[in-house]
Amino acid sequence: MPKKNSMPVKDRAVKAGIATGEEVLPVERCLQIHRIMVLARALEERMIKMSKSGEGFFWIGGPGEEAFNTCLGFQVKKGEGPKFDYLHFHYRNSATMLAMGMEPIDAIRQMAMAWTDSFSRGRNFPSHFSRKAWNVVPVSSVIEVQFAMAPGTAIMQKRHGDGVTIVVGGDAGAAQGDFTSCLLWSSRPGNELPVIIITMNNGWGISTSHCSQHSCEHTIERGKAFGIPGEVVDGNDPVACWYAVERAFRYSRSTRRPFMLEAMVARLNGHSSSSGALRSDEPDCIAMFEDRLLAVDVLTQSKIDQIHSQAHAECDDAVAQVMREPRPGFGDIDKFTYSPSEVDAVYPGDYTGLP
Amino acid sequence: MATMVQAVRLALHYGETHLGVTDIFGEDVGPPLGGVFTATQGLRTAWNSPLDERGIVGAAMGIAYAGGRPVCEIQFCDYGFNIIDLLKVAGNQRWAGAGEFDLPMVLMTPSGSGIRGSLYHSHSFESWASRLAGWKIVMPSTPLDAYGLMLSAIIDPNPVMVLLPKALLRVKGDNLIPGEPDDEGELKRRIDAPVGDRAHWQPNWPAVEKYIVPLGVGMLVREGTDATIISYGRTLPLCAQAADQVRESTGFSCDVIDLRSIFPYDWKMIAASVKKTGRVLIVNEDTEVTNFGEHILRRIVEEHFYDLLVRPRVLMGRHVPGIGLNPVYEQNTVPQLPGIKAALEALAKDAV
Repeated sequence: MPKKNSMPVKDRAVKAGIATGEEVLPVERCLQIHRIMVLARALEERMIKMSKSGEGFFWIGGPGEEAFNTCLGFQVKKGEGPKFDYLHFHYRNSATMLAMGMEPIDAIRQMAMAWTDSFSRGRNFPSHFSRKAWNVVPVSSVIEVQFAMAPGTAIMQKRHGDGVTIVVGGDAGAAQGDFTSCLLWSSRPGNELPVIIITMNNGWGISTSHCSQHSCEHTIERGKAFGIPGEVVDGNDPVACWYAVERAFRYSRSTRRPFMLEAMVARLNGHSSSSGALRSDEPDCIAMFEDRLLAVDVLTQSKIDQIHSQAHAECDDAVAQVMREPRPGFGDIDKFTYSPSEVDAVYPGDYTGLP
Repeated sequence: MATMVQAVRLALHYGETHLGVTDIFGEDVGPPLGGVFTATQGLRTAWNSPLDERGIVGAAMGIAYAGGRPVCEIQFCDYGFNIIDLLKVAGNQRWAGAGEFDLPMVLMTPSGSGIRGSLYHSHSFESWASRLAGWKIVMPSTPLDAYGLMLSAIIDPNPVMVLLPKALLRVKGDNLIPGEPDDEGELKRRIDAPVGDRAHWQPNWPAVEKYIVPLGVGMLVREGTDATIISYGRTLPLCAQAADQVRESTGFSCDVIDLRSIFPYDWKMIAASVKKTGRVLIVNEDTEVTNFGEHILRRIVEEHFYDLLVRPRVLMGRHVPGIGLNPVYEQNTVPQLPGIKAALEALAKDAV
């Protein structure tokens, strides 16, 4: 962890980075995080437009979670197989995927239900990512199943190298039994698992407030019953998020045990397009970060404007391109149901309709 | 001859020594018990899980994602009604994920009646299972088929559910598993855990060999000319018995098809037999409203209507909330030999 710096705030920022308490994030890293946060926001806003324009049907995503999700994505040990980190996302992790190297057009292809959608071939809702090369397992719309699956990938990781499993859900989803299953399976005596259990606490489950259904303020409090340590972090502060994620990775990777992380975040555009995706007046992590970057002269307003306009232009160009790309056809309906099998007499290849 | 539960154990042993099975797990699956039916005694990769069916299926999916080859067990299929959405997710992962993620997992679970199991140990699951697109579903009726289907389930890179008919788990087969000792006493001494202290017990596995029953291939267990009986699992041997008795007393002869695979099912075998006989009786013990047998009947009626000589029949379990403990309930809730025989006789008497 960085040592306490005694220089004046402005000098500290210029020479070292942006500080939260005693933690200082280097300027280059701050700029890198800021760019991805802005790109993620532009992507989500463009996809919201698509949901209203008919270029897509439904939008769900992560405006308000960019600070934490970006810091998570940059610190993943990215690769394929149990020696690398496994990611069991929920449907608000676009900033994590962008930080890992996803192009905005990849998400737009899914939003547009294009055949070129590498995640689901135009089948799944937006932000339902899937990428084998990065161990991103298919995201499901149901809000709990990832917690049941996460211990499985961690079981394999414990046998191979130092990879960890990251599982992400919302505070409302923590009501599901699978959340408790994850705590239980990750902490079996003698069989503890390297799982980082992340709750993105935006205080809402569609229209139901967290405090009306949950007697405990934070989901990590439940970890105590299973001996799982945890931390609550201000999900609007990229500096705090960076170091909280770093601590979680360090703990789980080195001890091969579970850790809980709860990011307090905003939900800036409602649950999904089903509630209009209208912008709320909750705190905006990007605007707040930009105020800090401006205050210490790391960025100017014109540079910030340029970053935003570049991000929007990139997304606009991507939509224009995707609109020219092929859509799935009738002959694609059965594809990818089955993997080829040497022991199946009816479907040695893929599914082809009834036997 | 091995019993079905011994055959499953031998198949899992072959799986973990020759086919890359990494984890065999579930409730009481590991030592000291080795499964409530003893199907997993002595296996090197068997371990006990929490009593959490959703956790079991989820863990199997994760292990399969990360390059393992899991075989998980739901102790009784009756306990699996809380895992339906995970089974749906397991079946759709490849399809929903653009074909990137294979899910080579096996889920085995005892199914059906026949052990005085009352409301929560007598359910059938194949009709529910048959609606899980992306899965393959098998149900053996003999130890040898249980062995061969389990090996196929392990080798197949897709999720495969092995439904084990509870009533037949302790029934011995008529055929040796390749590599099985001729002397069944010897097999028992070598692979059955002793009663009592098992702390130092190790199985002495026979060198069983690869034997595959392909998925989607039925078995014609009786050959005849006058009717087609389609069944699987517990009711299959009852159907064969009924067919033998009716043939002996009246000369009315039947094809008896052991479907073995619920999905994919052997439509070629069904269609060829229906075309030949023109009379059809489908028998299973799942409940009668939206029963898998009704799907087979639908295809027979739609695709072979003009090959049928008389109205086809499906004999199924009654649409009641459960099977009661008093034997009068079980005897009269799911098909038994007298009822199957009566249905066959009625089919034979139908005038053309």
